[in-house]
Amino acid sequence: MSFPTLNPPPPTPQPGRETGLRKCATTGLDVCLAAQRFIKLNAVAAIVFLLFGGIAAILLALTRWQAVHLLRVDWFYRILTFHGLNMLIFWMLFFEIAILYFACTIPLKARLFSRKIAWLSFGMMLTGAIMTNVVIIQGKADVLMTSYLPLLAHPLFYLGIILVAVGTLIGVFNFFATLYVAKRDRTYEGSLPLVTYGATAAAIIAVVTLLHGAIVMIPTFAFSMGWISQPDPMWYRMIWWGLGHQSQQVNVCAMVSVWYLIGQLTTGSKPVNETVCRGAFVLYILFINLASAHHLLVDPGVGSSWKIWNTSYAMYLAVLASMIHGFTVPASVEMAMRAKGWGRGIFGWVGALPWRNPAFSAAALSLVIFGFVGGITGVTLGTQQINIIAHNTLRITGHFHSTVVGGTSLAFMGLAFYVVPLMFQRDFIWRKAARVQPWLFGGGILLVSLGMSFAGSLGVARRTYDIEHAGVYGPAAHLFLGIMGVGAIIAVVGLLLFVVLCVGTVFFGERHAKGEPMADWGVAKELPGAPGEAIFADHWAMKGTMVLTGVFLACFAVYYFANWKALADVWYVR
Amino acid sequence: MSISIPARDWFKPPEGAEKLWIGLALLWCFVLSLMMPYWHFRGKQNSRGEAYAVAPVAFMERTEAFVAANKTGERDGVPIVEPAPGGDAYLLARMWSWYPILKLRQGESYRIHLSSGDLQHGFSLQPLNMNFQVLPGYDHVLTLTPTSKGEFTIVCNEFCGIGHQHMIGKILVE
Repeated sequence: MSFPTLNPPPPTPQPGRETGLRKCATTGLDVCLAAQRFIKLNAVAAIVFLLFGGIAAILLALTRWQAVHLLRVDWFYRILTFHGLNMLIFWMLFFEIAILYFACTIPLKARLFSRKIAWLSFGMMLTGAIMTNVVIIQGKADVLMTSYLPLLAHPLFYLGIILVAVGTLIGVFNFFATLYVAKRDRTYEGSLPLVTYGATAAAIIAVVTLLHGAIVMIPTFAFSMGWISQPDPMWYRMIWWGLGHQSQQVNVCAMVSVWYLIGQLTTGSKPVNETVCRGAFVLYILFINLASAHHLLVDPGVGSSWKIWNTSYAMYLAVLASMIHGFTVPASVEMAMRAKGWGRGIFGWVGALPWRNPAFSAAALSLVIFGFVGGITGVTLGTQQINIIAHNTLRITGHFHSTVVGGTSLAFMGLAFYVVPLMFQRDFIWRKAARVQPWLFGGGILLVSLGMSFAGSLGVARRTYDIEHAGVYGPAAHLFLGIMGVGAIIAVVGLLLFVVLCVGTVFFGERHAKGEPMADWGVAKELPGAPGEAIFADHWAMKGTMVLTGVFLACFAVYYFANWKALADVWYVR
Repeated sequence: MSISIPARDWFKPPEGAEKLWIGLALLWCFVLSLMMPYWHFRGKQNSRGEAYAVAPVAFMERTEAFVAANKTGERDGVPIVEPAPGGDAYLLARMWSWYPILKLRQGESYRIHLSSGDLQHGFSLQPLNMNFQVLPGYDHVLTLTPTSKGEFTIVCNEFCGIGHQHMIGKILVE
């Protein structure tokens, strides 16, 4: 069975080494063999770091769940440092390099610019990540992921992060060079595909982000070596979050690109309006930098006007971009379904979606969790004054577990259900379990996120080993920490299942001979007498999406103003 | 098609429902942007980030002078200090304590000076859940007006080493 949306390949001869490309028998895509090797390497490394982070996650959740309180205090902070770096930095960056290599070669029928540069990038990133992890586990860097000065870690901790950042920058350079060569050699005619366009936006933001990383980490490394005096802690916070928060915007861009990609692969969707989707990516590039302000809203040394401007500049146009994607992604899927004949009522198309396809369910859950939980809480907590009742509480952790984990990680997992067979030319093992995996992981992380958010609303701090000593938290706070713990168990089971499925497929999946298509996960079916493309003439046809986004806006407004009310109830401060 | 080259004529203005949504979203972003300046002038809770450079040693000396001048009692070896209404009060964060215990009056305003003698700390007033960052080298001034009475607990919510979770302080309001 072939995908409905991609042209099945003509019966071409076997791939030749001379072109450096092979044709995928299932999708008809031209796969660059050099890119394939580095997509494999980076994706495998990413999944190993995801596994490390996941093991750490369950240890942490079972410690903060006070009834269990698993780890010793020193190991709690050590594992917390380990968890943050492996999940937020290593898993994300390695997988993003894999996505970049995919986006600049395969859709453009192009060849990777340089194998040597790709090796250099991968080697530096891997060395840096291993170096950092070893230093942390040795107990020489109990400084948490942010390593706020004057806290000081072993110099190799900083050197490891610098190697990862520079290695990633080199990989991003390879991406841009590949784009340039593809354009020069005319491997494609016209504009970039939307997925490549989104990946390019992610790459541009990544350059700015990683430069911040270099600016803050190199002096800190020099200080840890005793070469210079201590950099200012406030300066450190400002620049560090230029790395820490902006890298999450890279994730957002990559995730949105993956939504569009999975939408096409599973339902045959196409953007209702390319200009709108591309314009929204441009808004990300222009208006999402300097996001470090969100972490400095209750800090000394930066004033009200600085805080207000930098948390909202140019009228929240980056939020606008996310709200646009939040409409265009479901709208494109809805229109594809209506074109296939599922046009009854407002939500008649929803039941016919390929829910049993794990890539689709992962992307759909990712969109809902990212939008309804992550997006709404993010904008609200990032409001200058509301941050007073949120800063450094578990509300913050609840927010970013629904953006980075429920949003980005889940979308990346969904993509893996297509990328692993495409790259390794093996069928997924244990397909029934694969269909359940996104629901386990997504459901679990949703509980984690809600448990954290509500506990944080009751004042429970993030990054703390024990809340009993304060003597101010009642049974409600413990209930929510328990919900977080149960959610973490479910999510980590989903994560381990994902790792088992991927690793099992790489080693034991049924190998497919050349030219033989692979098993399909199941895609949206077309009804007889479907209206087809004609439906696109009606610009008001996406009624389900209009209702969904209307509900979203209402939830947003209720949550936002409820927080202003909660703020108005605390002591006066200025 | 997201993964394929788009048709040549892809550049089109938004229409219909998409246009409506962009308009609504932009309007909402406008509301979001206006709320913060509005609250800055009309709201009672703002984080202005008023701060002055201070060496940790100098801040400790000021705190000691403040304690010596205004001490009214002691609890578990920590002085209880009652600043004059409208006056300055000093609160020193160190690994792993808040010094001293402040005794305030409901409805009166105080200039609370927050700073650290060592690492970064987090001032988290419970059960109100008001949170501010405390940095070494920065004298962070909060003009605070308690609007409720009772015993309030300061929790440290910025990681500051192995004893972080034991860093608990008190503010008493009469």
